[in-house]
Amino acid sequence: MRRSHEPLLWLLFGAGGLLAAWLGPALILFTGILVPIAAERGVTLLGYEAARGLLQGPAGLAAVAVVTLLLFHAAHRIHHTLHDLGLPAGRRTRLGCYGAAVAGGALAAAAVLAL
Amino acid sequence: MAGERTITLEVQRFHPEADEAPYLQPYTIPFSEGTSVLEGLQHIKDRLDGSLTFRWSCRMAVCGSCGCMIDGEPALACRAFLRDYAPGPVRVAPLDHLPIRRDLVVDQSDFLAKLERARTYLIPADERTPADGAYRQTPEEMADYYDYAQCINCLLCYAACPQYGWDQAFTGPAVLALVQRYDLDSRDAGKDARRAVVNADTGVWGCTLVGYCSEVCPKGVDPARAINQRKPASVADYLLGWLRPSGGEGTP
Ligand code: SF4
Ligand code: FES
Repeated sequence: MRRSHEPLLWLLFGAGGLLAAWLGPALILFTGILVPIAAERGVTLLGYEAARGLLQGPAGLAAVAVVTLLLFHAAHRIHHTLHDLGLPAGRRTRLGCYGAAVAGGALAAAAVLAL
Repeated sequence: MAGERTITLEVQRFHPEADEAPYLQPYTIPFSEGTSVLEGLQHIKDRLDGSLTFRWSCRMAVCGSCGCMIDGEPALACRAFLRDYAPGPVRVAPLDHLPIRRDLVVDQSDFLAKLERARTYLIPADERTPADGAYRQTPEEMADYYDYAQCINCLLCYAACPQYGWDQAFTGPAVLALVQRYDLDSRDAGKDARRAVVNADTGVWGCTLVGYCSEVCPKGVDPARAINQRKPASVADYLLGWLRPSGGEGTP
């Protein structure tokens, strides 16, 4: 019986799921809701310069890792859901799903490097 | 009896030597509060149509022989009651995903072969004879696997599993739950022998945690839990496989 290589994908999926559960809501709350609301009222919680300074350090690497793993989590689940829905989820959907996650991660890395 | 309640059972029939395809045959039978679907089938066989073929033995959810699709859901005929399907009609068909041998009787060969390949029996660490006395185990050690040991091989979970429906190579819920049953047993030392089956694409990785198997299981085995509880260990095998000459595959 051939050993499955799924464990590798599953590890990344699990890591992404863990991060999504731990950091996802807090990140959305902070960067998506609190910072804009504060900005509307003239309070700067996280200004451009501060964010830039942060992301140019090790936090930038962490941000890229978090974004990539979250995307990987989604890609893995979507791939399996397609299969569960009875859609032929073969090489191409696999490439599409995981490829999109890798592309998203690369985009995040490029954005951080461009700062 | 006057005022007796009746219900119609639409039973799927198929005698391979005579029929080209399965078809539904309706039978109307009397029933009371306590009449099980199995007793309904027995009534048909005894009084209406002796050619109807189905399996049963214990009629108390212990032997696992009477599994069938009742109104589209995998269930034990002896544990399902006609009152719950009144006024009917209620449809009774052989278990999904398994080849039909005759009427409600399915072919279990694939399952039995998988059971054997997965070595779902106790493999002790050392040779023992009855003279060595009883194998001792604490209640805590027993609790680790007890739920999984309740499986009666009824195959309802195989009829429920969409992965098995798509690809019969998948080892499937009950066999993988039974692998856990033995791997978690403190008296067992056969984990290596079962590794190859577990770690394959057709092993635990064939499961996407749909969970319907656990819903239909009449014994509370929860095969979906067993399989997904095993995934981290399979990941560890995979990573260790790079370090180990056997590649973590165990004996096939
Ligand atoms: S796990 Fe449950 S449903 Fe599956 S064969 Fe065993 S008893 Fe039946
Ligand atoms: S007859 Fe034994 S389980 Fe139903």
